[in-house]
Amino acid sequence: MKLKVSGWSLIRLYTILVYVFMFLPIAVVVVLSFNPQQFASFPMQGFSLKWYAQLAQNESILRAFKNSIVLGTLTALIASAIAVPAAMAFVRYRFKGKNTLNTLLLAPIMIPEVVLGVALLLFIRWLQQPKSFALLLAGHVVLTLPYVLLIVQARMVSIKRVYEEAALSLGANPLQTFKEVTLPLLMPAVLAGMLFSFTISFDDITATLFWATAEHQTVPVRIFGMLRHSVSPEINALGTVMIVFTIMIPLLAGYFIRRFSKS
Amino acid sequence: MKENKLRPWLLLSPSLTAVFLLLVVPVLFVVVYSFWLRAPTGAVIPAFQFGNYARFFEDLFYPTILFRTLRVAVICVFLCLVMGYVPAYFFYRSKSRYRRALILLIMIPFWISFIIRTMSWINILGTTGFLNHTLMRLGVISEPLSLLYNEAAVLMGLIQYLLPFMILNIFVSLEAIDKNLLEAARSMGCNEWQAFKEVTLPLSLPGVSAGCLLVFVLTAGTYLPPMILGGPGNEMIANLIFKRVIGTLDWPFGSAISVILLLLLGCIVWTYNRYLGINTLFKAFKG
Repeated sequence: MKLKVSGWSLIRLYTILVYVFMFLPIAVVVVLSFNPQQFASFPMQGFSLKWYAQLAQNESILRAFKNSIVLGTLTALIASAIAVPAAMAFVRYRFKGKNTLNTLLLAPIMIPEVVLGVALLLFIRWLQQPKSFALLLAGHVVLTLPYVLLIVQARMVSIKRVYEEAALSLGANPLQTFKEVTLPLLMPAVLAGMLFSFTISFDDITATLFWATAEHQTVPVRIFGMLRHSVSPEINALGTVMIVFTIMIPLLAGYFIRRFSKS
Repeated sequence: MKENKLRPWLLLSPSLTAVFLLLVVPVLFVVVYSFWLRAPTGAVIPAFQFGNYARFFEDLFYPTILFRTLRVAVICVFLCLVMGYVPAYFFYRSKSRYRRALILLIMIPFWISFIIRTMSWINILGTTGFLNHTLMRLGVISEPLSLLYNEAAVLMGLIQYLLPFMILNIFVSLEAIDKNLLEAARSMGCNEWQAFKEVTLPLSLPGVSAGCLLVFVLTAGTYLPPMILGGPGNEMIANLIFKRVIGTLDWPFGSAISVILLLLLGCIVWTYNRYLGINTLFKAFKG
């Protein structure tokens, strides 16, 4: 009996250590962002918000933030607008080549981002188009589409068909049925998919490095540029803002979805 | 009835068009370009020749980077497995009321920007970073160790990025195990360890293999950790592609390296699909 207990406590200790490994670096970013010293390093020399103040005055970072938010929002809207009908097709209809096509639409997950980056850039070059915001947007839609599709499809499977059949037999046409019955039931998944899509777009770095132009930099691309010099506390402050921002979104959304579905 | 047959295609057309135009066609372009020539002036000339591939295998320089990429990917898979199985098992068996919160917590890094997570290791491993500072305060060392810009640092960044994928994949397949099977094993006289070895472990293997494949594929295509945490000797294949395409604008050669990477990953995914089925891979996302 004693042996079993100690085995379990070893498992627990191991798990705690893994959590420390996962979260210590993130915690240190937050802690160092309050260090007034010029270089991001230990020991802490007090507590200061001056790097945040400096951040708030940094034009290029503010512009990058705006770019990232606009890009992420448009990506989320477009990706879910094309993923929802696709999920409908895969779950509600039978047709030839369904599995192959489903795998094809999930393929962007398995293709390395570097290759995606090169491929799209090469294609744009062949079309003799300059890099633009549209390129970034198109790229991000393809990057995030599979995740939205997976989330929406999983939810669609669990929506019983009888509801739709009831609406249809009561005389609603397929479009009305979708609007009045399917979509409301699907909404939590659509919102979750949009959130996921926004976050992936907001955080993406590798492919974005290929596609971004000097005027359409996103926050991660900006951080990448700043890292060339050294890790200044300003980057840690920016990192903290990003961490708070990207964690707040799902938490807030979860809260609203729950309130929404109760009322 | 005819309309009904067309409808799924109508519903699929936007996403198929997007993936076709923005993924399939561009990747085909990469394949085509990989056979083209690059003039000394930098212009590309349409051709069909294998010079770019021959150049890759000409001497050991490029194959070394390829081999390093594979080695780092295998090490990363192994370490993620070792570090990931136990927490997944903990989630599965734990009766703690914090269990749900802990599972949610391990998913949080998914939401945090990759570049922030990668650069955070500089704060830990740098000469004035957390680790050196702590060790010096404790008197273990008197001079800061140089822990950054080597393969170990790259692995740290990679594992922190990929571990949640592994843990969640294993956890999903553990959760799917019928707990009656364990009871049956116990009632037939197995002890805890035997029950684990004979029942739980074999039944969790689909999750383990899905996690391993995901970690391998993601590591093999990784760009950021070697770039930020590695030194000149830790370059991986994605860094090479970036340098050839963005740095020296050598599109044909960059394309050829991309094709080599794609073929390699394609072989691995194909083999996996052949024996285990690719659909197991997406289970973790659906949970």
